[in-house]
Amino acid sequence: MNGDYLELTDVRVTFDGFVAVDGVSMTVLQGDLRFLIGPNGAGKTTLVDAITGLVAASGSATFGATQLLNQKVHKIARLGVGRTFQTASVFEELTVLQNLDIAAGAGRGPLTLLRRRSSVPEEVEEALEIIGLGDLRDKQAGVLAHGQKQWLEIGMLLVQNARVLLLDEPVAGMSAHERDETGQLLRRIGAERTVVVVEHDMDFMRSFATSVTVLHAGRVLSEGTVAEVQADPRVQEVYLGRAATTGEVRS
Amino acid sequence: MTTLKDKTESAAPQARVRRKSELPTAIGFIALGLALLVLAPAVLSDFRLALLGRFVCYAIVAVGIGLAWGRGGMLTLGQGVFFGLGAYVMAMHLKLADAGADGVPDFMKLYGSGEVPGWWEPFRSPIVTVVAIVAVPALVAFGLGAAIFRRRVRGAYFAILSQALAAAFAILLVGQQATIGGTNGLNGFKSFFGFNLYDPVNKRMLFYIASATLLLMVLVVWQLYRSRYGELLIAVRDQEERVRFLGYDPANVKIVAYVVAAAMAGIAGALFVPIVGIISPASVGVVPSIAFLIGVAIGGRSTLFGPVVGAIAVAWAQTSLSESFPSFWTYFQGAMFVLVVAFLPRGFAGVGALFNRRKETA
Ligand SMILES: Nc1ncnc2c1ncn2[C@@H]1O[C@H](COP(=O)(O)OP(=O)(O)OP(=O)(O)O)[C@@H](O)[C@H]1O
Ligand SMILES: [Mg+2]
Repeated sequence: MNGDYLELTDVRVTFDGFVAVDGVSMTVLQGDLRFLIGPNGAGKTTLVDAITGLVAASGSATFGATQLLNQKVHKIARLGVGRTFQTASVFEELTVLQNLDIAAGAGRGPLTLLRRRSSVPEEVEEALEIIGLGDLRDKQAGVLAHGQKQWLEIGMLLVQNARVLLLDEPVAGMSAHERDETGQLLRRIGAERTVVVVEHDMDFMRSFATSVTVLHAGRVLSEGTVAEVQADPRVQEVYLGRAATTGEVRS
Repeated sequence: MTTLKDKTESAAPQARVRRKSELPTAIGFIALGLALLVLAPAVLSDFRLALLGRFVCYAIVAVGIGLAWGRGGMLTLGQGVFFGLGAYVMAMHLKLADAGADGVPDFMKLYGSGEVPGWWEPFRSPIVTVVAIVAVPALVAFGLGAAIFRRRVRGAYFAILSQALAAAFAILLVGQQATIGGTNGLNGFKSFFGFNLYDPVNKRMLFYIASATLLLMVLVVWQLYRSRYGELLIAVRDQEERVRFLGYDPANVKIVAYVVAAAMAGIAGALFVPIVGIISPASVGVVPSIAFLIGVAIGGRSTLFGPVVGAIAVAWAQTSLSESFPSFWTYFQGAMFVLVVAFLPRGFAGVGALFNRRKETA
């Protein structure tokens, strides 16, 4: 749609003197499916936390012309930045439909809120279609399979109208088939959005990444296409020469 | 025929919003209405009916606690504050009305300067009184809620804070012998908006007013529960941080439920005063605040009728059991509370669901 992109400049996060994110700069364009990889503790989640307002950070993170860093979490969300969490977090006691409806409703006024839902919003209907949970719409989210919960979360980002999607390990714990479906899903929705995927799964990355940023000890170690990054000797060193070529990094 | 039907259905998938049937709730509501407005006045003596009227006031508080605690996850251990605010507003008006135009309430002549303090004067007006019964608790709750929830105070910290407020409120009242009756509180009311309070007919009327108010409050929370707000409130209760990332400020969502619960407690306090004939610090402090909660927990805090039934049942049991076994009741109540919280998080309303689930899996 428009050419807005996510631009990080020298983002830095410190916990009590411990530098978790140490001056990260990167640019993610719309339509790019950027993978953010790196060993445990590299600072991937913390970087996402900084962009979404969960932790204080210095430097700059802009989307369009808007500065995101150090704004309130819900304000950043309203600016069109959405995220998922390492552990799926949906509203378990509510149905799939209710989950999506809440995600769609941050702009609703008090009168709409105090009434019942009279019809399913169009964007919710669309999202149900896209994430393939149409038949489960009236099921409680708590009973969904792990993979379905992750899809529901992605659906929530869609109805929330997020322009920037930050996904923290979306395929962890999924079957091979589910991973593949998720990858296709991300491709479909990523065309007109800015998507950053934090992942450990190297096969998944190789299949779906259009570009990769490798984080190590809070810094950007390498950046480029999958082939470029894999060929980078520093990356091979960090992954002890084996993980980057043999798949799963985590034991 | 069937194919045609299938087609029309699939042609308009958008419009369908599947809903849980509301028939059981409607039946429950009608049953509650009949029990309170028809059955109870027919079978109970005037004395028992007045007693039930008092329990109905507790039930109104319970409906609000169900909303704030059951659906909103806020363990409101200090509803006595709002109950007391509503009650004292009403009591001040009744004292002033009994004293007549420009008159001075009896206890002020006894303990005070014999002059009515300036801040009492507005409550000579019945209209100001009725508005204040709702507005004062609601505004106090709004101020507290804004301060507490925006600072992300929750869970046990919130519970302790609200309990401390109830304790402080009671202490404040005890210290004001000359202006608000101190430990004695306010009592000895003769009339209620022009109606003689010694007349049995008027006492029955008070019961009807309280019961109708309770039914109205149940309708209010019913609408809240089935609205989008109700769904959002559950989301905030279960995953407050997650809701933030969807673009909401959870503090606002919680403040609404907290304010509504406070207003309900205030209304209950105001009805309590003419029915019971006295309001004193003993009815608004820590112990009554906890007592409000017990019925809600036992009845089922997240259900619509659980808090109502629980509050009335516990108060009824307390009255009849403590008449025969005064010391036994306290232990029984404590044990009941612990058992329910530990084993029946949904209260006795959850027992039915438990059986249903057993049947399904069997
Ligand atoms: N709230 C916090 N306080 C102190 N240290 C923290 C905090 N959050 C994260 N850290 C530290 O910051 C570093 C980066 O953590 P982060 O969770 O961002 O890593 P990650 O790259 O997401 O790792 P993983 O792959 O295991 O999810 C770790 O050393 C972690 O211990
Ligand atoms: Mg992480």
